[in-house]
Amino acid sequence: MQREAAIREPLILGNKSYKDITDDVVGPIEGAAPRTWKILVTLTGLVAFYGVGCILYLLGTGIGVWGLNKTVGWAWDITNFVWWVGIGHAGTLISAVLLLFRQKWRMAINRSAEAMTIFAVIMAAIFPGIHMGRIWVGYWVFPLPNQFGSLWVNFNSPLLWDVFAISTYFSVSLVFWYIGLVPDFATIRDRMVKPLPKKIYGILSFGWSGRAKNWTRFEEVSLVLAGIATPLVFSVHSIVSMDFATSVIPGWHTTIFPPYFVSGAVFSGFAMVQTLLLIMRKTMKLESYIHIKHIEYMNIVIIVTGSIVGVAYLTELFISWYSGVEYESYAFINRFSGPYSWAYWIMMTCNVITPQLYWFKKLRRSLTVTFILSIVVNIGMWFERYVIIVTSLHRDYNPSSWGEFHATTIDIGIFIGTLGIFFTLFLLFARFFPVLALNELKSILKSSGENYKKIDNHHH
Amino acid sequence: MSKKVFHAMFNDEEKLMHAAEKLVHDGLRVKDVFSPFPIHGLDPIIGVKRTRLAIASFMYASGGTALALLGMWYFMIHDWPMNIGGKPSFSMIQNLPAFVPVTFEFSVLCGAHGMAITYFLRNGTLPGMPASNPDPRTTDNMFVMEITTDQNHDFSADAIEGMLKEMDLVELSIKDYE
Repeated sequence: MQREAAIREPLILGNKSYKDITDDVVGPIEGAAPRTWKILVTLTGLVAFYGVGCILYLLGTGIGVWGLNKTVGWAWDITNFVWWVGIGHAGTLISAVLLLFRQKWRMAINRSAEAMTIFAVIMAAIFPGIHMGRIWVGYWVFPLPNQFGSLWVNFNSPLLWDVFAISTYFSVSLVFWYIGLVPDFATIRDRMVKPLPKKIYGILSFGWSGRAKNWTRFEEVSLVLAGIATPLVFSVHSIVSMDFATSVIPGWHTTIFPPYFVSGAVFSGFAMVQTLLLIMRKTMKLESYIHIKHIEYMNIVIIVTGSIVGVAYLTELFISWYSGVEYESYAFINRFSGPYSWAYWIMMTCNVITPQLYWFKKLRRSLTVTFILSIVVNIGMWFERYVIIVTSLHRDYNPSSWGEFHATTIDIGIFIGTLGIFFTLFLLFARFFPVLALNELKSILKSSGENYKKIDNHHH
Repeated sequence: MSKKVFHAMFNDEEKLMHAAEKLVHDGLRVKDVFSPFPIHGLDPIIGVKRTRLAIASFMYASGGTALALLGMWYFMIHDWPMNIGGKPSFSMIQNLPAFVPVTFEFSVLCGAHGMAITYFLRNGTLPGMPASNPDPRTTDNMFVMEITTDQNHDFSADAIEGMLKEMDLVELSIKDYE
C-alpha cells in the first residue's frame, strides 16, 4: 500500500473510517432539507426566474433591448460569456490536470468543482445563444446541408471553432463528472430506505456493482479522460481568446491572448470554487475533508495564475508602445486613461494587486480573507473582459463613429439572472448529489487520513 | 452435486488482498471482488487482465480526426469554396492551419464519448440496469470476495468453506445456484 511522507499535512482530518465518509456525505441527502437551504434556494430561484423573464423579453423583442450600438457591437453579452466560460475552467483543471499530476488534495473538491464547471458552461452558452436574436435558428451553427442558404458554416472562423470547443468541453466534462458519480450513486442507492429515492438513485447508478474489473476500467477511463481533457481545457479558452485575437481591432489583435486567457480562466475558476466551497463546507459540515490545507493549495494556484495575468497586462502595455503601431498604443493609453479607465483600474486592483496578499501564509490560510478575495477576483475578472471588449471597441479607427456603451436593465437583468440560475443549480446539486467523491476519498483514507498517519508515524 | 457460491466479506481491503493471495496460492480461483473503491494491486492476484479501453479511445479519436478533416475538405474546399479575407480556399494543405482547432476538438469529442459508451456497455452499467453486488454494504465499507464451486472443480464445497473460514473475514455466506 502507498504511504505518504509524515511531514505532509493529512488530507482527511479526524478519526474517520470508511463508514464515516459515507455517513458524512450521504447523511445530508437522506435527511430533510435544512432551513437555510430552503431560504437560499428560494432566493436564487427568484433571481433565476427574473433572469428567465429578461431573456424571454429579449427574445420576444430583439437584441435592441441591450445597450449595444453600431460602435460597441459586443459588450455585456460576450463579457458574461467569457466570464462564465472562464469560471468553468477550474473543474476540469482540478479533476484532469491534478489527476495527471497525482495531486490527491483534488479528491475533496473535484466533484463540486466539476458540477460548477458544468453549470458555468451552461450559463456561458446562454449568451451567444440569445445573442443570435433568432434563437430558434440556432442550429445553423452546425454544418448542415446548405438548403438554408448558399453556404456552409465557415471553418476558418474562430466563432465556429468556439461552437466545437464549447460543445466538446461541455459534453466531455459532463461525461467525466458522471462516470465518477456512478459508483457514488450506487452507494446512495444501497443505503436508501424510502422506495422512491432508492429507485431514482438506482436508475442514476446504472446498476453499478463495484466488481474488480469494473474498477480497473473505471481507473483507466478516468486516466485517459484526464489525459485528453487536459489539452481540451487549454484549447477551449485559447479558442475563446481567438475570437478576439484573430480580428484586426487594436487591443484584440495580440498573440499573448491564448496563454493569458487560459491563466485568467483558471484564476477566476479557482476563485469561484473557493466562494462556493467555503459556504458548502460550513453548511454541510465537511470541514474534515475540505480543510485549511485544501484552501491554501487553491490560494497558491490563485496567486500563481493571478501573477501570470498581471505579467500579461504589463506585457500588453509594453508591447503596445514598443510595437510603434499608433492605433495599438492609443488603444492601451485609452484603456488606462480614457472614459473607461475606472473599469481598467478596478481590474488592475482586483486581479493584480489584491491576490498578492496571498504571499503571506497567514492570509492565505484565513477563511475570511479567502472568501472576500475570491469574490474580489471574480469582480476583477469580469472587468477584465469588459475592459478588453468595450474599451477596444468604443473608439475604433474612425473618430466620427466613436461612441460609448451604456448597459440597460435587460443587460443587467440577464447577467444577474444567470447568477441566479447558476446558484440554484449548484444548490440542487449540493442537496441531492454526493458532493464529495466518496470512492476516491476512501481510496486515500489510509495514506492521507489523520488517524492512519498517526499510527504510521508511531511505527517508524 | 449442487453448485455453490461463496461470498466472503472482509472489513478491510488489505485483509481481503492477503486472503486472495493465500487462496490463489493454494490453487483456488477467485471469481470476483466487490469493493467500494478500486483496490490497487488486486488485479494481478485474482487474474483480472488490463483493459483495452485506452486503445479503443485512440481508435475513436483517430476516426474523429479523419472524419473532421474529410468533412472540412468537403465543405470548405470541394463543395463550396469561399473567399474569406483572401484565405487559400482552393487548397486543403494551405488552409489546414485554420482547420487544426476543429480537428482537435472533434477528435477529443469522438475519443472521449466513444470510450465512455464502450466503458458503460462493457461494464453492463446502463440506466435502469439492476445492481448485482451480493450485499449492499459493498458500496459502503465492506469488501466481498466471490468464489464458486463451478470454477473450482478440484475442491469440494466443504474444502472451500474450510479454507475461507481460516481467513480474517467478517461474514461468510454460502448459496446454492443453478
